[in-house]
Amino acid sequence: MTHLPAVPIIVPALAAALLLILHRAPIVMKRAIGIGATVTFGIAVLAIFAEARSGAPLVYRLGNWPSPFGIVLVADRLSAFMLLLTASLALAVLLYAVQGWDARGKLFHPLFLFQVMGLNGAFLTGDLFNLFVFFEILLIASYGLAMEGLEVERLRATLHYAAINIAASSIFLIAVSLLYGVTGTLNMAHLAERVAEVRAEDVGLVRAGGLLLLGVFAVKAAVFPLYFWLPAAYSHALAPVAALFAIMTKVGVYAIIRVTTLIFTGGEDAVMELTAPWLLPVALTTLTLGTLGALGAQRLATMTAYLTIASVGMILTGVATGGSKGLAAALYYLAHSTLVIAVLFLVGDLLRRGRGATGDQLHPGPPLRHAAPLGLAFLFAGSTVAGIPPSSGFLGKLIILQSTMNGLSVVLIWTVILVTSVLTLAACSRAGSIVLWNYVEPDQPTHDRPPRTGEWIALAGLAGCSMGLVIFAAPVTQYADEVGTQLTSRESYIEAVLGSGSGDFVRPYAKGKVTP
Amino acid sequence: MELIMAVGIGIVTACAVYLLLRGRTFSMVLGLSMLSTAGNLFIFSMGRLRPGASPIVAAGAESYADPVPQALVLTAIVIGFGMTGFIMALAVRIHHQTGSDHVDGLDPVLERRPEHGP
Repeated sequence: MTHLPAVPIIVPALAAALLLILHRAPIVMKRAIGIGATVTFGIAVLAIFAEARSGAPLVYRLGNWPSPFGIVLVADRLSAFMLLLTASLALAVLLYAVQGWDARGKLFHPLFLFQVMGLNGAFLTGDLFNLFVFFEILLIASYGLAMEGLEVERLRATLHYAAINIAASSIFLIAVSLLYGVTGTLNMAHLAERVAEVRAEDVGLVRAGGLLLLGVFAVKAAVFPLYFWLPAAYSHALAPVAALFAIMTKVGVYAIIRVTTLIFTGGEDAVMELTAPWLLPVALTTLTLGTLGALGAQRLATMTAYLTIASVGMILTGVATGGSKGLAAALYYLAHSTLVIAVLFLVGDLLRRGRGATGDQLHPGPPLRHAAPLGLAFLFAGSTVAGIPPSSGFLGKLIILQSTMNGLSVVLIWTVILVTSVLTLAACSRAGSIVLWNYVEPDQPTHDRPPRTGEWIALAGLAGCSMGLVIFAAPVTQYADEVGTQLTSRESYIEAVLGSGSGDFVRPYAKGKVTP
Repeated sequence: MELIMAVGIGIVTACAVYLLLRGRTFSMVLGLSMLSTAGNLFIFSMGRLRPGASPIVAAGAESYADPVPQALVLTAIVIGFGMTGFIMALAVRIHHQTGSDHVDGLDPVLERRPEHGP
């Protein structure tokens, strides 16, 4: 058994613990450890990606317990894809942060690594309760990161963010234990089997548990009507933190995809088809409201936060249309939107620093320093997020539009997607023209740091990944298709985790096997 | 016993939701803490209520209790306690900085009070 799937969890965890011990060490050393750990797990992620590409999910049994009893880590194509995205984003954001932001708080580096560990764990785990634990790890790290700097506004936003997530975590526990109470297992592959053969009188309980679970994931993914915590929390966080948070909502999306394709999938008995009636209307509402929020935003960071919500709506539209094509389209858009939103947060930070006291508020400020490169960077980010060809946003939206072609609600979906694209373009143009062209003479000189070379390199890296999605569109979409195919045929996942023949065990309070 | 447990969890959850919806951070923290307590009791009861049964294999035991929820509830208690501690510290910090224990950091009642002076 290869230990490879455990590396993306263990390396950040150990490095973060080391950084906590060395919290008085010089910042250079902390940066070296942080970047070293990120690069190390990035290499492991590349190896996992190469292995998972072949099709058979990599299964790692912790403590080598046989499958339904112990916790398993499963790296299938979807997990490998999410891991690769996390690693790329984390490395770029960390490069940006070490140019000065990380000196603001003593615990930036350990919190960053704990957050990355939680993200990797959430993407890898094949156990529902373990998913809860990794969610908590990434959340507690994100609370710490969100309040880094300790300004009152930031603390207040963190309080709201923490309160709704702690409440959601309690509901997560109730949902998980409800599913356990009925099916007697927490292993996702085993749950998939057990849920399909649950007794008729327990179906209601399983549905209740499943819907509670999806509600919790909807809070994490910031889906309508549960997104109200996001704009304040994201727009008040430090720029590199907000850029890392670009992938946090995607954890919720990932969990929704994982649970709906693996556990609550329809098959023959449509009893377990939980999300079908809900997902599409909710996704389109999220997309619309997110875009309207971006259009009405008073600050650049708020606009980007609302665009995060809109991107979640877009991804879920792909998921809701279902089938391997819809999932593949959603996945491509997920990668694109994560990268471009991180770019937008970082460019917004550079613009904010060039405008002195006006900051990133969308009203005329002092003339921008370094206007030409910043303007070009914003032009790139804005046109990508709005979906102007030849950007990855254009391609992503095109693939989603194509995947919805055969559905019944094609007119509705196309209208919403195309209108919101135009509105996004309007929002970005408005923000860009106010920030870049519309200025008043300053009362006092501004003193904020100019953009540094390292920050440009980090931005160029993210933008390069985003452009890579277009240039290598054929292999990327082919991979996304393979992910979609693997997700829609869940037998390979179940077989890889449970093997054949295992999976029967007796619960103490049930006479014999649970299933009828 | 099942009925008492179920009604008890229901009451605790209802109180938690009521407290969560209050505008003060102290009530909110109490609400979160009660919600996590209700969640923990719920996990525990999902292993079915079996008094006096052994959770691990013992010689001559007549019946067994499900050990998994007992392990889960330990983890959940630890995490819930940590989270409650964190949010309590955060609430205290905000109170120190803003002088208000309202969740928005502004006191709507005090805000509306007329200003002194002309």
